[in-house]
Formats: sequence, structure tokens, C-alpha cells
Amino acid sequence: MKLTPLFVGALTLALVGTASAQTLTIATVNNGDMIRMQGLSSAFTQQTGIALNWVVLEENTLRQNVTTDIATNGGQYDVMTIGTYEAPIWARQGWLAPLTALENDSAYDVADLLPAIRGGLSYEGTLYAAPFYGESSFIMYRTDLMEKAGLTMPEAPTWEFIGQAARAMTDRAADINGICLRGKAGWGENMAFLTAMSNSFGARWFDENWVPQFDSEAWKNTLDTYLSLMADAGPSGASSNGFNENLTLFQQGKCGMWIDATVAASFVTNPNDSTVADKVGFALAPDNGLGKRGNWLWAWSLAIPNSSQQQDAAAQFINWATSKDYLALVAEKEGWANVPPGTRTSLYENPDYQAAAPFAKMTLDSINAADPTHPTVDPVPYVGVQFVAIPEFAGIGTNVGQLFSAALAGQMSAADALAQAQEATTRDMTRAGYIK
Amino acid sequence: MARRVPIQTRIGFTALAWVIALLLFSPILWTLLTAFKTEAEAIAAPPTFLPQNFTLENFGAVQDRSDYFKHALNSIIVSFGSTLIGLAIAIPAAWSMAFAPTKRTKDILMWMLSTKMMPAVGVLIPIYLIFRDLRLLDTLHGLTIIMTLINLPIIVWMLYTYFKEIPVDILEAARMDGAELWNEIIHVLVPMAIPGIASTLLLNVILAWNEAFWTITLTSGRAGTLTAFISSFSSPQGLFLAKLSAASLLAIAPILLLGWFSQKQLVRGLTFGAVK
Repeated sequence: MKLTPLFVGALTLALVGTASAQTLTIATVNNGDMIRMQGLSSAFTQQTGIALNWVVLEENTLRQNVTTDIATNGGQYDVMTIGTYEAPIWARQGWLAPLTALENDSAYDVADLLPAIRGGLSYEGTLYAAPFYGESSFIMYRTDLMEKAGLTMPEAPTWEFIGQAARAMTDRAADINGICLRGKAGWGENMAFLTAMSNSFGARWFDENWVPQFDSEAWKNTLDTYLSLMADAGPSGASSNGFNENLTLFQQGKCGMWIDATVAASFVTNPNDSTVADKVGFALAPDNGLGKRGNWLWAWSLAIPNSSQQQDAAAQFINWATSKDYLALVAEKEGWANVPPGTRTSLYENPDYQAAAPFAKMTLDSINAADPTHPTVDPVPYVGVQFVAIPEFAGIGTNVGQLFSAALAGQMSAADALAQAQEATTRDMTRAGYIK
Repeated sequence: MARRVPIQTRIGFTALAWVIALLLFSPILWTLLTAFKTEAEAIAAPPTFLPQNFTLENFGAVQDRSDYFKHALNSIIVSFGSTLIGLAIAIPAAWSMAFAPTKRTKDILMWMLSTKMMPAVGVLIPIYLIFRDLRLLDTLHGLTIIMTLINLPIIVWMLYTYFKEIPVDILEAARMDGAELWNEIIHVLVPMAIPGIASTLLLNVILAWNEAFWTITLTSGRAGTLTAFISSFSSPQGLFLAKLSAASLLAIAPILLLGWFSQKQLVRGLTFGAVK
């Protein structure tokens, strides 16, 4: 019986503790930088007393889940991981809370964010998502194979040089493909690469009146170049290849060049996973002398849905996870090479980081070479380098991606793929009300 | 009299059966072996069959990142909970359809089956809104309710099929002896249909265990089951095949063991009434 008051006291304390403990639910993707943040997040909980409930999902599943939740005002999540595609669309819909607390915090130093990334995450001048890591795309190439081919990779090559080098490096007998590019259908798969590539050919998705432009000479040149390059120097079955498939090929020494996300640099130069770690060089994505390069811009970013009941605590977490202090924490615990790249100017001025990440300068130059607000040679009514920031693009982009992937697989000609893309996109844009 | 089958034919069919079985089992075998490889070996070309550097580190990494036991407990609660609730509803329903049919019984059965023909995503938004308003998002009881509703048509159909095989005379004899309806179902029908009920239970537990769409959509951590657990190890940027295999192995192990130990019951139930 003597234990009863003790028991009641403990129970009361437990209940009070449970009631006062604040828990944020964070939805995020499964990649190295995010998992590292999850591992280090106990430091945030110790500092603030705010507990974190992590929901880690595959990218497409995450996109479906958070879109369902935010569109229905579900309130399941306090912090969402979103990309540069969603940020301006959701901000325009009024689904995201503006990050004014971060913009007004001098210690956070919002001016230190890379301008291209910050621009892609803002709507009408206000920041709606804070970048956790940013990426562009560039060329990763085998220095030994380039030398064997008797060529020297320029820092900023043209498509003509890439075609010449890819064909020269190809050695079918040794199972070496001159170039590996994405072919798997999807708006974030082959269309991310092909849209960025088309920008450097002077192509665009829509003119200023939202009329699709797949019947233009520039799109014809883009697709013809891509298909002939892949036919002469690409791997077999390339229409199924996305990031991971090409990463495997490159790490196993089966690609002379690979144009893809800058985040891949740390994978292909890691001697634990890559058989060619010490033979990799980097160069800017190719151009055609028209003023635009074939590189994209993406940032996995943290945003607060308006449906969250804990917006102040969520802002506190985002401040911590995207701050300079967090970069220093990762450097201290895991080394500078593992710091999430592509978000802050100060990181690229840091000599320790420059020494630890040989691809740092090229990554920064690639990010700076992308302008989401002026992505194409000719003017366009949309924002986005490798996508068009309208809600309809995910469906339209995947549809066109399936046609181009079919052309790569030899199931239809480039002319047919472009004609069908033009017809389908015109129909969808008319139905959506963009074309009157 | 049994038909004589030549020895060559028997050996041929046995070998064919083994080849087909091994082909079907090969993805699980590949997952099993990859779980014990390093990440570098998991993507090596040419691939290795047996782990060259046997390691358990993937299992440690998986548990470090995500609480396996919490997800496993959630899976057990949701799959068994939803199946038991489903059986409690379906046994009287199937009795009524099998032994006291009306002229609309066939239509009702077809209507129930037709609900399975609609893609789940077709009702995603209304279900999500209902869950939001009833505060059922990310709760085990919410997930149990949706899983019961999803599998109820299958449970009713399976039990209806089994019950149809039971001679109605036995139930009538019980009634003549004064058994009330409830006693008739509990003490006469259910004992005779145990193999069918057991296989229905097992099959629906497996279906609920493996359900991914609603589990991942309607939960955000607290009520997540093992399908949500696996999903968190799939990565579009980066090769973590060994960890994904370890997570998959951990997720399927309990249900695989259940299926293994109850396979006789499962097969007997599934073939119940197949040959008269």
C-alpha cells in the first residue's frame, strides 16, 4: 500500500511528461544525406526538447503521400521534404507556410543560400522551402579512357565534342560504352535529362502562349542527337536505365562518360563502392554555343505544410537542419566530404571542403550555370530548368517520357515520338485551360 | 485402381516441378543471400552467388535506422486484428448466403466482389478525408478498419464456398434437436468448417501483412507496418541493395515461417471441395 502514492506520482509525472513532450513528424526521402541527418538529429532534440518522428519513404511514394496529405489538409506531417518542382506550385496554392522566421534570422543568414537554389524555392520573393542539399548535373568521365582515345576533355565541352569522345571511347568487345544516359521513362527520369539537354539546343516545352513546341527544329535536333549517340555509344537496354542503373554501370567501369546528378560524384569517387574511383574527371554539362548548358537544378528542401499544428517548432527544426552549424556538425562527425552540398556559398569558400571534395568547384559552377527563372534560349512562360513548374507537368512529362523511351528502345521513330508528344501535350494543355 | 506411370515420366515431372519451384523461389533466395553481402559485393559484376565477405552489418544498420520490432508488432496487430474482425462479420454473412439464400444473394456476392475490381487509388481522396475527419490517420485501429474492409469480400466469398460444401441436412438436424441459430453456427457449422476457416484466416493474414498502398498512405510513423518499413529502404539515388535485402528478409520472415508451418492446413483448406 505504501507504494500507491509513489505509483500515482510516477503515473502523473509520466502523463504530464507525455502531454508536454512535443513531437514533430518529418517526411523525407531515403538517400545518404537525409539518413545522416536522421542519425544526427538527437543533437536537435537535446537542444530543444522536441522529439522527432521520422517517416522515410521512397521518392515516388513520398511524393504521393505528402501530396495527398497537403492537398486534403490532412495534417499528418509537420515538415515535408519537397523538391524545386513542388515548392513554387504549392506556395502558389497557399499550402505552404512562408519561412519568414528564417529570412529574419541573421544567424541563419539567408543571403548565404546559393541564389539559383533560393530563387527556385521562392514564390513572389518569399522563401517557402529551405534547401537541405542542392544538385545540378554534369559530366563524369573516365580520365584513362579519354587519354586512351587521344582526347582531352575541356572544362566546358560542346555536344559535338561529347559525340566524338563517346564514339572514340566505345569498345564493344571490352563491354565499354562511350556514354551512359538516362532512358527510363518518367518526368523525373529521362525527361529531366532530355529537357535540360533540349535547353542547350534552343528548344523549349512551350512558347509564351503555352503552345507545345515538339514540332520545332530544336526538339528534332535534340532527340536525333540523343538517339544517335545512344545507338553508337550507349549501353544495351538503355531505355530501362535510370540513375541507379547508370551508377552501377559507371562504378563497374562500363561507361566512358555519364551525364547525371552532381550528387553522384561522391559515389563514383568512393573507393569502397567504385572500381574506377581514382580515374574520374568532371566537366560542365555540354552546350551548343547558344548560351544555355544541358544541366539541371534540383534541391531537396524542407517545408512546413499549412496544415501543421506545430509550425513554430517545425521552423526551429528547419533552421537547425539547413544552418551553417549543421554543416559544421556533419563535418565534425563524418568529415567535410559528407557535408550536404549545393546550398550555401560559404561552404564553397571553405578550404577544408574544397580539399575534401575535388568536385566542389564543378558542382558550384554547374549550379550557378542553371537559371530556373530563365531556363531556355527563347522566352517561356514557366519556371524550371528540367521541368515546367505547373501541376499538370508530372502527367504530361511522364507521357512524353514514355514516347521518347519507346523511341530509344526502337519501338517508334524520333519523328513519330515528337509528333505524338506534340499532339498529346496540345490536347492536355487545351483541356487544362492553358490554350484557349 | 491407380494408373501406372512410367518411371521416366515421374522423374521428368518431378524435375520439372523442382525447376519451376526453384525459379519461383529464386527472388527470395537472391534477397536472402544479398542480405549477408557488403554493399559493394551486392552490385558486383559478375555477381557472386554466395557472400564472399559474409556480414551481419546490414541487419544492424537496418535496426539502427528504423525500429523493426515496432513495425513487426504493428503488422501482427493489423493483419490478425483485421482478419479476426472480418471472420466475425463474414461467418454469419456466409451462413446466411449459403443456407438461407434469397433471390438477390448472387447479386450481393457479385457486388461484394466488384468492390475489389476498383483500383485503390480511385477512392484515395474520400477515404483520406474520412480518416482525417474521424482522426484515424496514423492509428492502428484506423488501419485495422480499412484492412478489414479491403479483405471482407474475399473472406465472405471463401467462407461461402466452404459452407456450400457442408450438407444442409446436418444443420437441419441440429435445428430439429432444438439448437438456436447462434448455437447452430458456433457449435455445428464452425467445427465442420474449421479447415476452411483456418485457410481463410491464413490467406487473409498474408494479404493484410503484405498490403502496401493503404498502409503507407494512411500512416506516418506511429502505426506503420513492415511494408512501410521496407519502403523506407528503397532509394532512387544510391545503391543500398544489401540493406534493402536485409530489411525485406526481416519483413517477410515472420509470415514466411507462418506459411511454412501451416502449409498443410493452408493447402487442405484451399483445395477443400475442389474434388467431390
